[in-house]
This record gives sequence, C-alpha cells and structure tokens, in this order.
Amino acid sequence: MPLVDPSRKRKIRLVVALSTAVLLAVALIYTSFSASTEAKEPSQILTASPGTTYDMTGRVVKGSIVDNGKEGISFMVVDRTGGGEELPVSYSGTVPDPFRGGREIVLTGSLKGGTFVGEPETLITKCPSKFTTQSNG
Amino acid sequence: MASLGSVLLALAFLAAVTAGVVALVWRRDERKLVLSRRIVYLFAALVTACVAIIEIEFLADNFSFKIVQEHSSLETPTFYKVAAMWSSQEGSLLLWALVLAIFSSAALFFTRNKLRQLVPWATGVMMGIAAFFTGLMLFAPGVDPFAKLNPAPSDGIGLNPLLQHPSMMIHPPMLYSGYVALTIPFAFAIGALVTRRVDAEWIRATRKFALIAWTFLGFGLLLGARWSYTELGWGGYWAWDPVENAALMPWLLCTAFLHSIMVQEKRGMLKVWNATLVVASFSMALLGTFLVRSGVLQSIHAFGDSTVGPYILGLIGVVVLGSTALIISRLDELRTPKRIDSLISREAVFLVNNLLLVGLTLVIAWGTFFPLISELFTGSKSSLAAPWFDRYTTPLAILLVLFTGIGPLLAWRRVSWSTARRAFRVPLAAMAIVTVALALFTDAGNKPWALALFAFATFAIVGIGQEFWNGAAGRKRLTGEPMGKALAGIVGRNRRRYGGYIVHVGVAVLLIGIAASSSFQTNRNVELKPGESTVIDGRKVTYVRPTAEVDGLRLSIGAVLRVVEGGKEFTVEPMRNYYRPTGREGVGGIVDYFDGEADSEIGLKAGFGHDFWTANQPNIVGLQRKAKTAEEGFEKCIEAVPGTPKSCKDVRALMIAARANPALQDDALAQIERLQELTAKQIAASYVKEGAPTQFKVIINPLVTWMWIGGLIALAGALIAIWPSRGRRKGALVRTETDALKEAKYREIRDAELDHAAGKLSDEDYALLDAELRKEAVEMLDELERAQNGGGAKVGAEANGHHNGDGNGADPVAELEKVERS
Repeated sequence: MPLVDPSRKRKIRLVVALSTAVLLAVALIYTSFSASTEAKEPSQILTASPGTTYDMTGRVVKGSIVDNGKEGISFMVVDRTGGGEELPVSYSGTVPDPFRGGREIVLTGSLKGGTFVGEPETLITKCPSKFTTQSNG
Repeated sequence: MASLGSVLLALAFLAAVTAGVVALVWRRDERKLVLSRRIVYLFAALVTACVAIIEIEFLADNFSFKIVQEHSSLETPTFYKVAAMWSSQEGSLLLWALVLAIFSSAALFFTRNKLRQLVPWATGVMMGIAAFFTGLMLFAPGVDPFAKLNPAPSDGIGLNPLLQHPSMMIHPPMLYSGYVALTIPFAFAIGALVTRRVDAEWIRATRKFALIAWTFLGFGLLLGARWSYTELGWGGYWAWDPVENAALMPWLLCTAFLHSIMVQEKRGMLKVWNATLVVASFSMALLGTFLVRSGVLQSIHAFGDSTVGPYILGLIGVVVLGSTALIISRLDELRTPKRIDSLISREAVFLVNNLLLVGLTLVIAWGTFFPLISELFTGSKSSLAAPWFDRYTTPLAILLVLFTGIGPLLAWRRVSWSTARRAFRVPLAAMAIVTVALALFTDAGNKPWALALFAFATFAIVGIGQEFWNGAAGRKRLTGEPMGKALAGIVGRNRRRYGGYIVHVGVAVLLIGIAASSSFQTNRNVELKPGESTVIDGRKVTYVRPTAEVDGLRLSIGAVLRVVEGGKEFTVEPMRNYYRPTGREGVGGIVDYFDGEADSEIGLKAGFGHDFWTANQPNIVGLQRKAKTAEEGFEKCIEAVPGTPKSCKDVRALMIAARANPALQDDALAQIERLQELTAKQIAASYVKEGAPTQFKVIINPLVTWMWIGGLIALAGALIAIWPSRGRRKGALVRTETDALKEAKYREIRDAELDHAAGKLSDEDYALLDAELRKEAVEMLDELERAQNGGGAKVGAEANGHHNGDGNGADPVAELEKVERS
C-alpha cells in the first residue's frame, strides 16, 4: 500500500514542479537583466559614460575605414538613420566578410578617450540585405 | 507575361478563398467537399504557373521585371538565376504560397476517404492562410512579384556573391518548407477542436506532415550552420542570432510535438498539451517569418525594411488568440481521466522530454525577445549575448541527451525495476568506462559540462545500439531469420520506431560534435609574412606564398599555407574574393573591386579527429592605394595626356566615336573594362611580389565533423520514419478511419510483443499488458461493429476512450492480425 494517497502525491508533485519552474524563471529573469548589454546608437554613446560596455549599433561611414595592420582597423560610425555626429571606432579581431562602408554593424565595447573601443570578435555586420526594398548598388 | 502573371495570381487568390468558403459553407455536402478539394488543386496549379512565369523571366534575363532586375544579372550563373527568386521578398512569399499549395493538396488527397467532419474546417484554415499570403502579394505595397520597370534596364543588379553558394540556395526553401508544413497539423488540429473530434485521428492523418516539417527545418538549420562555417570568414556555425533562433524554436516545439502525440495515440492522454504545442509550433513558424522580415530585432540577417511585417504580426495575433479561445472552449472534451501508470515508463520520459524541450524554447524565446522586454521595462534596448544562451541551453541540452537515451530503453505503460535494471546495465557500464577514460586520458576532465555530455551521449548511443540488437535478436527467435535479415526486418516493420531511434543516435553524435568543438577549440589570430612560420597548438604553420588573380568581376587574394601536424604535411589555401558591383550604368573604376561585396573561401582540412580551419584577411590598404594610382593613370590615359602610351589614344578615339554614335558605346565600355581588368591583374601581380604581411584566423576544431555526420544520421533516420510502410503503399486507396484504428491497436499489441521479445518487458508485465491491450481491442472492434450496423459517427472518439463494453465469443484480435497481414 502506498504511504500517501495518489491524489495527494500528485498534488505534492505539482507543487514541487511548479516551484522549480518559478525558481528557474526568476533566475532566468534576474540573470538576463544583469547579463545584458544595453544597445546604443553612436550619438547616444558620445554622451554616455566612458568605461561602460554597450552594444553599439550604427552605420559605418563610407571611406572612413583605415587598416592599421596588427592594431586592427579604425573607422567612423553614425546613427543607423545616417544622421548625428560621427563616432570614431577602433577594433581588432576578425572582420566579417560583409563589413564595409555604408553597412550597419553591431559592436560591443566601451568609450575610451573619445574612441569607442570594440571588444575582439564582437563585430557583427548585417548581411547585405537579401530583402531590401531599394537596390544596394 | 507580367499581366498574365498578375491575372493568374488574382485567380489563385480567388481559388483559395472559394475553396475555403465552399468547404465551410457546404461542409455536410459530400459533392461540394470534393469540389472544394479540386479547387485546392486548381489553386496549386495556378501558383505553380505564377512561379513558372517568374522562373522563365529569370532565365530569359528579362530585366523589365523588377524582381529579375534586382536579383539577377547577365553574369549570374544559370543555377543561381533559378534560385534567385526566393532571395527577394515577393519571391519568398510566392514560394511560401507554392509550398503551402503543394502540402495542402497532398494533405487533402491523403485524407479524402477519412476525417469527413474535420476536413472542411482544415480546408478552411489552410486556404485562409493561403489566401492571406497570395493576398499580400496582390494588395500589400512593394511585394508584387510581377511589378515592371519602365524603361527596362539593360542589366540587373545581380545576386549577392555571398549568397552564391549551393547551400544558401537550398537553405531558404528548406526552412520555408518546414515552416509551411507545420500549417497542415495546425489546420487539422483546429478542425478537430471545432468538430470536437479530439481523438488521435487527426494526429494519425497529419503526423507525417509534422515529421516532414521537422525534417525540412532540421535540414535547413544544418545547411545554414554549414554555410556559416565554410563561407563566412568567422568559423562558427551558430551565434544565437534572432533569425537562427526563430528557426530553432519551431523545430524544438515540433520535436516535442512528435513525441507527445505518441502518448495521445497510444494512451489518449496529453490532448490539451498536444493542441497547445501544435498551435505554438505554427505560431513560432509565423513568428520566424515575421522576424526575418520585420527588422524589429537586431540581427545579422537584416533583410531591410519590409512592408509585410505588420500583416504577418496581425496573422500571428489571429492565430494565437483564436486557437487559445478554441482550446479553452474545448477543455472538457480534451481532458481525460487517464493518468500515467508509472514514472518508469516511456510516456513519463516523453513528458520529461517535452518539458525540457519547451523549457529550452522558452529560454531561447526570452533571450531572443529580451531587447523588446527590456525596452518595455527599462526604456532601453538591451540584448543578451551567446554566453547567456549557453548558460541555460547547455544543461538543458545535456539532460535532453540523457533522456534521448533513457526513452528507448523503457516500454510503454510500466516497467518493473528488475527489467529496467536489465535494460540499463550495458549502457550504464559503457557510460562509466567512457567517462573514466575521458577524465583520465584527455583534458575533458576540466570541462564538466562537456564530460557530462560525452557520458550521456555514450549512454544514449550504446542504449539504442542495444535496442537494435535486442530487437533483431527477438525477431530472430520469433522467425528464425539470420541476424542481418532480422535487423532489416524490425526496421522495415516498424520504421517509425527505429527511424526515431536513428534520429536519437544522430542527435547524440551531433551534440558530441558541438560540445567538443565549442569546449576544446583553439582559436588564434596571427599575422605572417610570406615565408614566416608559427606554431599553433603543436602544429607548424608556414605562410608559403601569396596568390592573386583577377577573373572578370572578381579579384581574389589568396594564401598558400603549409601545415605540419604530427609528421604529416598538408597545404590549405584560404582566399578572399572582392567583387565589383554589377548592374550599374556605365563602368566604374578599378577601386570598385574593393567597393563591392567580398567573401571568403576558407582553407579547410577536415578530419574525423579535428578540422584545421583558416581564413585570410589580407591587408588591402596597399592594394587600394595601388588601385587609386592606377585609376588616376587610367583617367589620364583616357584623357590622352601627352606621354601616355599609344593604346590610350586608341581608347580615347573609340570613346569620342562612341559619344557621337551610341551603337559603338557597348564596344567602348567593353574595351575600357578589359583594360581595367588588365590593370587590376598588374596590381594583383605586384601584391604577390610585394609580400605584405597578412592576418590569418586559424581554428583547430576537434570533432566538428561529427556534428555534420550526426546531422546527416538524424536526417536519414527521419527519412526512414517518413517512408510509407508497405501496406500503405499498396493499399493506400482503400484505407479508412476504421482500418487506421484497427491498425493502431494492432501495432500497440505488436510493440508489446516486440518489447517482450527484446527483454524490455518482463514475462509478468507482458502478460498483464497483453491481456489489457487485447481486451481494449475487443472492445474497440465491438464498438466498430455496432457503429457500422447502427451508423453512428462517434466511433473514433469512443473507441479510443474508456468504456465498459465486454468482449464476446469471436476473436477480434485474430481478425485484426488478418487485416494487418493482408
């Protein structure tokens, strides 16, 4: 004979399962807020506090890319809409294939002495739009 | 042709609407139902004709079509001309409509003799969605596939070279087919809910489509990963990018669904759960389509501003709200008094696996949509990077592998401890040996997560191997066949089960590849001059020489690397290609090579032990400078400044002539392009001579090949499960609901028999289970007979549920077996 009657056992099981789920959900929510990096556009970063890590989303200024060899590359970015002040960026690490002037990028890094220094291997260039509404000539 | 196309598209839209309306309004009229099905076939034919027109225009380089001009060019290879259709938004919508038309027609064809009440509603749902997508192309701005350009340009913009890769051309239609195939189970689920016929019949009729969706999505994901690994100079295969996640989430839910429907089929449980899962999978598929097009989330896959995003969001809203309301209103029918008999049973493991898969999906969904969530709460968009995803998905994936192994070892309903112990002995021993060996002799001991995954994967693979062995041995005992034939016999007679087991092995192997390559990878960036060497992870890597070549629109800078690895020597030749943009009026300059797209051809030496992966990043500053100088010289040449060579004068003469006579223009442009190419060749040659330092990214990736092998094994397993069984192939036309019910019950009896023969059920358990199943079969057959005499329509629902009918004299089980064997 079971020690606990089945319906009670089920109830206990349900409570245990639900509380585990709630605990996990809380952990998930908590860590996601602490682990996330805020996304900012170049114009916002220029006025942001130096040293804080941000995901910078901006557009590379055409013709601004300079290859510094071992030191990586440097270039200027503006807001995605193309407006705002230019923000100088330096980055070393893998440069994705589609990276070039005029493209939108996402780069994690922080402001150091007026330059946004990207962390290595965090440069993401948006795929040359497959579904653009205008031509990308 | 364009107006013909527009007319056909409009007719297709009307056909979809008509088919849905006819099916729903005259749902009790048998003849009207046949009519609606035929209109669905007509819809399929019309959409096919639309696609054919677009394809013909692509092949004919008809640049008066906007879609052709923007996605193809004279230089685009024929293969990519065919595939360029779906690199456009309107082409993707057309493809969506085509795939939906094909799947809907197939689903209605296969159910034409069954599910009489349900089919009209399913037709309504499928055609409603079909009308939505065809309607988008007709009425939404900017997505008309038959839009024209006036005047027609002489050349097109061309297909992005990054996308000119075989797997990139198959990858989108694969994912699309996966997304779209989910429509079928969804539509039938809605039909089942509306008509309150919530037994397993709709599942039996559509589960093949769920499996097809799973296979397509899985293959699409695998191709995308492979493309990323070999084509992007990045070296990774997964980045937790929103668009990747958008394809992974429906796949995970579909995996859960494929497991939990078995519980409903066999035990009549989990009905609410299954209905919810199918709605969630389909909504996730729509969400994936929406994400790909909306630009709401930051993604590498930025597809530009789209005009159809809001409409798709509207459709998702209707689907989610409507289905939820429907499920809630049918809760009474969906609830069953049945409970899981034992926690050590296959259905219990399925439940755990479902919770894990849904948990995984929720985590990924939370992470994917976190930018929106954080904006809601904090006012600023924050995003979560790969480490956050890894933290949660890693333990969940490891647990999943464990259950991948446990599930197949347990029988349905109940398993005694002693039987379970017997089934677990060998896999557990293998797991222990492998774990200890790995911890002692490799550095896996430092990575507990990876070690756990290797251990559980070993358990799963050995356990499933044992299943095959025991199954074959059991059959050998029953039939006296030799072992090989018995093995083929069990797989052939139960494709679904053994195909599924093969998928499990594939997934375990794939996860081994992922765990090993992500935990034990060496990733280095080095700068080398020609002739220089460096040592990476015990391998001597020498930059032998640079290479450079110009081929029309492409300028390639490559490198020859010699690698000495444990006494063996091989060379790899990574290359970076720069393309001049196409589709412009007139000619650009030489510097254009560095203005267009660029892509990498990685140098890869793949092996079962590890991959040696490398990509080069040439310093193109020098090249650009040279190109600029050459450009200036070239301009001077064309201006025929004194002191330039004679050939310059010729070109200039040609240009002046061309200005006066447009007929000569093409000739002049071609001449200039040829000269530019020659100059580019000289620049490339000087780059080789110069011997500038080059950056290399080198990755030594252990066991990554097994990821692809595992993926292929899983696909093979899925195909085995999809393949129609012999009975179906022969007698597909006469199958009715009754036959399906009989067959399902008989299969359950046979499964138990097999489990017993394979030693998975003890004699005692088997005797009990067999008696129970046979009793149920007798009851079911009684019920069927009564229904046939009395003409009741509720057969399916009742036969699968609980009732108290008593068996009588005749042996219906023998009858059942006769049906099955004939």
